[in-house]
Amino acid sequence: MSEVKTVDNMVSITIDGIEYKAKEGEYILNAARANDIFVPAICYLTRCSPTLACRICLVEADGKQVYSCNTKVKEGMEITIDTPNILEERRAIMEVYDVNHPLQCGVCDKSGECELQNYTLELGVDSQSYMIPDTKRETTNWSSVLHYDPGLCIVCERCTTVCKDMIGDAAITTAKRGGADLDKAYKESMPKDAYSMWNKLQKSVIAPSNGTGETNCSDCGECIAVCPVGALVSRDFVYQSNAWDLKRIPAVAAHSSDGAQIYYEVKPTSITDRTERIYRITNEWSYVSLDGSARFAYDFQNTTAVKDQATFDRAIEAFKKAETIRFNAMITNEEALMLQTLKEKMGIKLYNPEVRAFQKFLNHYEAASGNSLWSTDTDAIMKKTDFVISIGSSLRNDSPAMKYAFNNVQKLNKGAGLYFHPVGDTLIPTFGKNVEIFNHKVGLEEAALYLVLDLFANKDKLPSEVKEYIESFKSTRTEIIKEKVEKTVKEMVLNEETGEEEEVTKKVKETVDKEITVSSNGLIDLLGGDASKFDDVFAKMMKKKEHFSMMLGEDLYFHDKAENIAKLVALIEATCNIDVVMTPPKSNALGVALICDLDDTASGYTVGYNENGDFTLSALGTGDIDMPAMNQQEGTLTNIGKRVLPTNAAVEYEGYELNDIMKALVDAPELTIDWTAMLPVDKGFKKVDFDSLPNTFTNEGVDNRGYILNTNNCDTELPEVDKFDENSVLEGDIAYRCNPARQFNDFTDKSHEIFEAFGLYASKEKAESLGEKAEVVFENGSIILDVIADEKMTGDIVKVSDFRAAQGVYDLFGDARYTNVTLRKV
Amino acid sequence: MSLEQFKNRNVGTQNYTTLDVGTPPETGTDKFLQVIRRAVKGELFVGLWVVMRTMLQALFKNDMHTVKYPFEKLPISPRYRAIHDMLILLESGNYRCIGCGLCEKICISNCISMDTRYDENQRKEVSEYTINFGRCIFCGYCAEVCPELAIVHGPRYENASEQRAGFSLFEDMLTPIDKLNLQQEYDGFGAISPNADENIKQTPLAY
Repeated sequence: MSEVKTVDNMVSITIDGIEYKAKEGEYILNAARANDIFVPAICYLTRCSPTLACRICLVEADGKQVYSCNTKVKEGMEITIDTPNILEERRAIMEVYDVNHPLQCGVCDKSGECELQNYTLELGVDSQSYMIPDTKRETTNWSSVLHYDPGLCIVCERCTTVCKDMIGDAAITTAKRGGADLDKAYKESMPKDAYSMWNKLQKSVIAPSNGTGETNCSDCGECIAVCPVGALVSRDFVYQSNAWDLKRIPAVAAHSSDGAQIYYEVKPTSITDRTERIYRITNEWSYVSLDGSARFAYDFQNTTAVKDQATFDRAIEAFKKAETIRFNAMITNEEALMLQTLKEKMGIKLYNPEVRAFQKFLNHYEAASGNSLWSTDTDAIMKKTDFVISIGSSLRNDSPAMKYAFNNVQKLNKGAGLYFHPVGDTLIPTFGKNVEIFNHKVGLEEAALYLVLDLFANKDKLPSEVKEYIESFKSTRTEIIKEKVEKTVKEMVLNEETGEEEEVTKKVKETVDKEITVSSNGLIDLLGGDASKFDDVFAKMMKKKEHFSMMLGEDLYFHDKAENIAKLVALIEATCNIDVVMTPPKSNALGVALICDLDDTASGYTVGYNENGDFTLSALGTGDIDMPAMNQQEGTLTNIGKRVLPTNAAVEYEGYELNDIMKALVDAPELTIDWTAMLPVDKGFKKVDFDSLPNTFTNEGVDNRGYILNTNNCDTELPEVDKFDENSVLEGDIAYRCNPARQFNDFTDKSHEIFEAFGLYASKEKAESLGEKAEVVFENGSIILDVIADEKMTGDIVKVSDFRAAQGVYDLFGDARYTNVTLRKV
Repeated sequence: MSLEQFKNRNVGTQNYTTLDVGTPPETGTDKFLQVIRRAVKGELFVGLWVVMRTMLQALFKNDMHTVKYPFEKLPISPRYRAIHDMLILLESGNYRCIGCGLCEKICISNCISMDTRYDENQRKEVSEYTINFGRCIFCGYCAEVCPELAIVHGPRYENASEQRAGFSLFEDMLTPIDKLNLQQEYDGFGAISPNADENIKQTPLAY
């Protein structure tokens, strides 16, 4: 692990006569915000590149007017936020934004949370001096969740910026709208910036970038979150509620392991039904970006639960009888601790196939590296890394936070990236020019890690065997290539005018055979790359790169050679200057892996918690006894950033909780959250009460939610790694256990704004050859699935969804994530 | 965002303060004395004289001070705040209410509630609207805040009913379409001032 902690260099700047400290290389706007100074700005988004659409962030720096969103601070810079000229510009800009903007604020879904309204008032616009004929712009639906009203749009381009720079879909862009031309007289009479901003605004509107009316994106809805006006709204939320009626419940997105900050916004269902329901999810979009499951999978609460003593007694009986408890990652730390207590006091086995492989991987990693957890997180990657490597994760589906970080590094840090994955994906190459894709054969993940060692390791630190092993892949051969050479030839030519002979030099092109030595790296060929070109490509990628990060995904945990992989990762950390982050597969997998002592197999009478079993506890309302869903309970979750995050109950719940069962079985405290302070300290948890956990971001965007797990780091010797077997690869029809984006579990499936189906996802060609339905035959069973074409997939591998626990897809795949299957048309 | 409200899990045990009403009488004598103290006072006879004088004037001098309610009613001020009316547009017969929710927000006794939806014409439609008259204090804020002069107070002040709470729905308050010609503009708080036109600065329009 690289222990290089870069301390940001601070410079001092003066804003309106007062001296402040700012990070070197920071934009003026961000530096001001970090010091709690207000600079008006509409189009700028933290963590994205400056758009320069609104121009109201004008300030004066060292006597010159600059845009504070794209000018970096310098030592001793003197900044004035308001000068008479700038105030005039800003007012003119706001007047322009108000030209033809509908005045039906009363029915707008922004209902007062509107930045256009705020800045119009802030800059004191009380009269209008500009006019232009309006253009008719029709309301459209871009996808199953996105609703766009161009009449309200001020084309600040925040949506397109966040989609490109953060989300990576680049699904929307500015398009022409055919507005009237500005009156020429305005050019003279108007402030300069306001005129050019208006000129651009008058011509543009936002539209899907693929030219059709549909975005065909991952439907994350981040564009809705960043929209400063009511132009972009979730289709489900249009005219449903005013913002001020909704009560905000701070919580954590429960489905993926991102643990993103969210607010559940609740209000009574209707006039006749006064129980509260969740209307929408909002987030602190300056500091955190949500994926589709976090934003749209919210109504998965268990509404049917009641307290029934007879059922409760049966549940107690079942627990007393149980040999195994089967559960998954969708569980809070507190509940995981309760189950662990049951294991300790009653000897019940804990079976969790989703998390077990990850837990083993973590243990191998700790044994090899001496670190109990990985060294970085996705936020840190976005802030400083300029080279990312992703191995073993289908970025688009597994971990939204990693996808965003991978993309953000390319866009904002002028970064480069290596992506190793067997399934071809057409989206990843669009993240940046310097992204190299390796669609290797299934089973060669170790080769990818050896390649990383080869490319990045400090060769002096590497054990000699490893060095030799890596060198053994390299070969040099001589090749004869044809090279074009320019020769200078001197000729005597008769000058016709003078009749004298003159010496003329001419350049002649010639092709010559030339012998060169080509060194070729067998690892690259093995991984499906082109070794002859890679050296040049890599040299270009490495230009001016300083901070390197590697993201590891679920494929590695479910790999046959997971132990060797964990050792290789430890070796990479020890010998390369690379920070590592691992995605916990789904939800609270990290918390479960740390708290519970999981078993490899299930046996005997099984109690299933949101899983199949002889007696089932279910938050879906389908089991033998009801449990609260994640939006109905308090507790903490552990995320990819190694944080323990508090979440609150948004919706009422009337049934029993796991803690009630615990109280009947063993000694248990009064409330579920009393367990928070009892989480195991030796695993890195802290003895902190639930109620004292903070849940905020600072103005600079520093995440201050919950607490970070303590990591034990001890020095160990370099691990001994095994060679890999080039031939142990899967051939033939391969199924990959992978969910469509936005689907993670039964709860996302239950939510009414998630439409992705349970099925067999395949590239377009493969889907055509399979027809509408296909039977996937595994070694130990088969499943019939609808075939769904995923336009962004390439190659022959098919993805089988696993989000419905009842379908038992984990059992079909066994300990692997890839497996050979027979595909039959049905 | 403050997390205080999420930390209180004992709903219903907030601090209540009891008013000091003294100690109630205990013995029979005390109780009797309290009744006497409260009932027999000099003012009693002053009151009786006033009533007697008015009665004599009404009987012999034909100087009547009351009307024969409910057969007879006094005219009331246009600013009188009684049961709400929901006005509609005279030209088209459409609702004036746009569903902005301001009345719901401003209501200090929290008795207005509304449901809205996205209708087929891509407009915001009020699908359900209700006022709980058991809780309404007829303060007039809703009428004052209404940007469309849709919700107003009407002259109907007879609220007697068999239940304490009476709910009124949107249809109950709307002007019936066949009585559109009888719809009265409201002159109370929130109505536009007679010189409103003079105070408006026009927005320049290019067409």
